[in-house]
Amino acid sequence: MSDLIDQNEEGQLLLMGNNAIARGALEAGVSVASGYPGTPSSEIIESLSRIAKERNLYIEWSTNEKVALEVAAAASFANLRSLCAMKQNGVNVASDFLLHLGLSGTRGGMVLVTCDDPGALSSSNEGESRHFAKMFEIPLLEPGDFQEAKEMTKWAFQLSEEIKNVVVVRSVTRVSHASGNVRLGKLPEVESHAEFKYDSLALDADIGPAESTPVGYKHRRQQEKIKKARDIFEESAFNTYLGPEKPELLIITSSAGNLYSMEAIRLLGIADRVGLLKLGTTWPLPSKLLTRYLLMTKKVMIVEEVLPFLEENVKILAAEQAKEIGIKTFYGKNDGTIPMAGELNSDLVISALSKVLGIDYMAMSPAYERKLELATLTAIPDRERTFCSGCPHRASFWSIHNALQVDNRKGFVCGDIGCYAMGRLPCGFSTTKTLHAMGSGAGLASGFGKLAQFGMDQPVLAVCGDSTFFHAVIPALINAVHHNSNITLVVLDNSGTAMTGFQPHPGLTVNAMGDDVPSIDIAKICEAIGAKVEIKDPFDLEETRKTVNRLMENDEGVKVLILRQACALSPERKHEKKYEMSIDETLCLGENCGCNRLCTRMFRCPGLIWDKGKRKARIDEVICVGCGVCSFICPVEAIKREKAA
Amino acid sequence: MEDIQSIKDPYNLVITGVGGQGNILGSRVLSNMLVSKGYYVTIGETFGASQRGGSVMSHIRVSAKCTWSPQIPRGKADLIIALEPVEALRVLTIYGNHKVKVLANTRPIYPVGVIAGELDYPSLSEIKASVKELSSTALFIDATDEAIKLGNSILANIIMIGAASRVLPFPINRENFKDLILKTLPASKLDMNLKAFDLGASIMEQFPGRRQRRVSAGRP
Repeated sequence: MSDLIDQNEEGQLLLMGNNAIARGALEAGVSVASGYPGTPSSEIIESLSRIAKERNLYIEWSTNEKVALEVAAAASFANLRSLCAMKQNGVNVASDFLLHLGLSGTRGGMVLVTCDDPGALSSSNEGESRHFAKMFEIPLLEPGDFQEAKEMTKWAFQLSEEIKNVVVVRSVTRVSHASGNVRLGKLPEVESHAEFKYDSLALDADIGPAESTPVGYKHRRQQEKIKKARDIFEESAFNTYLGPEKPELLIITSSAGNLYSMEAIRLLGIADRVGLLKLGTTWPLPSKLLTRYLLMTKKVMIVEEVLPFLEENVKILAAEQAKEIGIKTFYGKNDGTIPMAGELNSDLVISALSKVLGIDYMAMSPAYERKLELATLTAIPDRERTFCSGCPHRASFWSIHNALQVDNRKGFVCGDIGCYAMGRLPCGFSTTKTLHAMGSGAGLASGFGKLAQFGMDQPVLAVCGDSTFFHAVIPALINAVHHNSNITLVVLDNSGTAMTGFQPHPGLTVNAMGDDVPSIDIAKICEAIGAKVEIKDPFDLEETRKTVNRLMENDEGVKVLILRQACALSPERKHEKKYEMSIDETLCLGENCGCNRLCTRMFRCPGLIWDKGKRKARIDEVICVGCGVCSFICPVEAIKREKAA
Repeated sequence: MEDIQSIKDPYNLVITGVGGQGNILGSRVLSNMLVSKGYYVTIGETFGASQRGGSVMSHIRVSAKCTWSPQIPRGKADLIIALEPVEALRVLTIYGNHKVKVLANTRPIYPVGVIAGELDYPSLSEIKASVKELSSTALFIDATDEAIKLGNSILANIIMIGAASRVLPFPINRENFKDLILKTLPASKLDMNLKAFDLGASIMEQFPGRRQRRVSAGRP
């Protein structure tokens, strides 16, 4: 991905929003960038890590988002420009430090990029990170397209240095993970020298200690900074207006809502009736600018994703300015014109505009709709998500599920964040029964494991991945051991942050930039904490099942089982085919077997399919990666494996 | 080749398939070819969770004028490239219209619900009939089978891109493709990919009526 620095300037590239953000940071002369992987944010740090050596950068995948933000802030305190990237709920993790960072202020330009996931396309939540900017009194920028993602990131460093505080750039999935044309700017020669100056008083923002105290003084100074940001925003070129001088309706929008609104206006043919005010600077709101546009019309519609952040802030402003601008009618989330949850698209904006302006719009002709109804009488089968062919998680959950059945005491597994969050789905045999934040499986298990005194006699298990273990499980594990909670933690160690694209974590011997680094041994940590630890290969189904049963029956505190097997998509495994699989049709008894089709009805590997004609199992040679595990599940041993050549 | 002036703007292309089929790579390759020709291209795609056996859909919007939103509005697709047959049908239910063209691979990838016997997968002839009914042009290619003959099933996406180069109204060709592969993949992969691209293009030439239409196509 040297695309990012291939062309110095003048070029036009097709860039993913996240890469545009990375390029913006490079054009600003960033020196340090850190983050924790999370969709849709991961490509920012990833693309910077690939050019770290060429551009003399320090790039880090940190243990979690809070540490990442601290690492980036250290660079800022030492007068370097730094960036920190994370997904929306990562900001929750980093938020305690962020609150204090807002008070201490920053030195070298510092930008926090948060990539939110409206509609939870790749998340277990639909969190809104914009409120952190308001709550912690720091400026917020929202790019509306790919070019702006680059320009805004670049400018955010300058703004940060002007007001001496961290600046938040908030992207969303449809900006971060979409791609578009981006005109490049110049890459500067960066000669950065890091030094942390602390020889003055704590009140000295430039050469005193970096502290959030004395709070009274620092808080007032922070509020002056946010006022200064507001003044700068009044003139910002990132706030644009498109439309007539006196529109019938004014749309106020930001982020992806801009492109959806533009398309909706075009498809409805109402460019002469509707004005589009796109805000790039969304906290603090540029009040004079907004007042000018609110004066243009009586009807205002706010188009934004997730919570009504813009809507509520614009309404407060309109109330304050009511004497000057008069009473407005607002349309948005609060009155139900725009849905309160889920992501937006042009069609949702079209339906909102059609309602407000009384326009009829048909996306499809009635004749085509009728054809659709007839042609799709044959149902289109849903494509439920599943573990990939050869995924160690399928094998792990198979054994854990079977162990729970054998144990027969209504035991359950607390789930966690990663591909294995699908342990709750049929592909994971509906094994996990809770799903919340990073590390919450172990924390919940720690709590469940203390409920025996109230009569709870169900065995308690938790699962976590290797990266999640380092991110947030360790404190929960310490808690469980210290309080003598009776649980079994299964670490599904697949050697990388697999779900987001194999970013390295502290358990590996390589860092984001490809340097050799010391790895931290999960088993040794668990032992040091005081847990009993066993390590097994999840592809050995019977041994894994027996071990889980044995650990569940042991009621003396915390047991840790590490199931170690690399992800089937990992770079080192991707093209490896260990076994050639086949079905011995003379042995397969099909529906008459009495096993209720363990192979296909239960195991649900996309590479092991059911031949409807022959009424027997069949290997799909295009999908099967030859892990060999399914050969152990067939009671009549009809699934054969042979070492691949 | 159609006159560039007469191409619908934005031109809306959907590439759909199942996680792991090389959908994302295919959409990047095609889009980069178009950007190198001076077009504005927006790709909207979802990946992450949807990679794990789910449907993966890329929306590609091509314009001579500006950047468009990363999601095609309902009923507004111009061409659907389906790396998996039933996915063509799924996309038509949301983005289809009388004029849409469909280019589909014939090799099914069965959803786990079908493997488990909870859901039915329609027969290929049913899928073909429905796609034909719901489109102006329906072209089916045995891309995966052809890719296996070339030595690797994953090349099905490039075969489809080769075929699409003959269906799309834009002036993109083998040379653009070659330049781009040289820039993005190791040189050792060029031969295989060029073979797949050429194969896709030549399959398209063999469709009855294709050659003739291409010659006569022009400003309406």
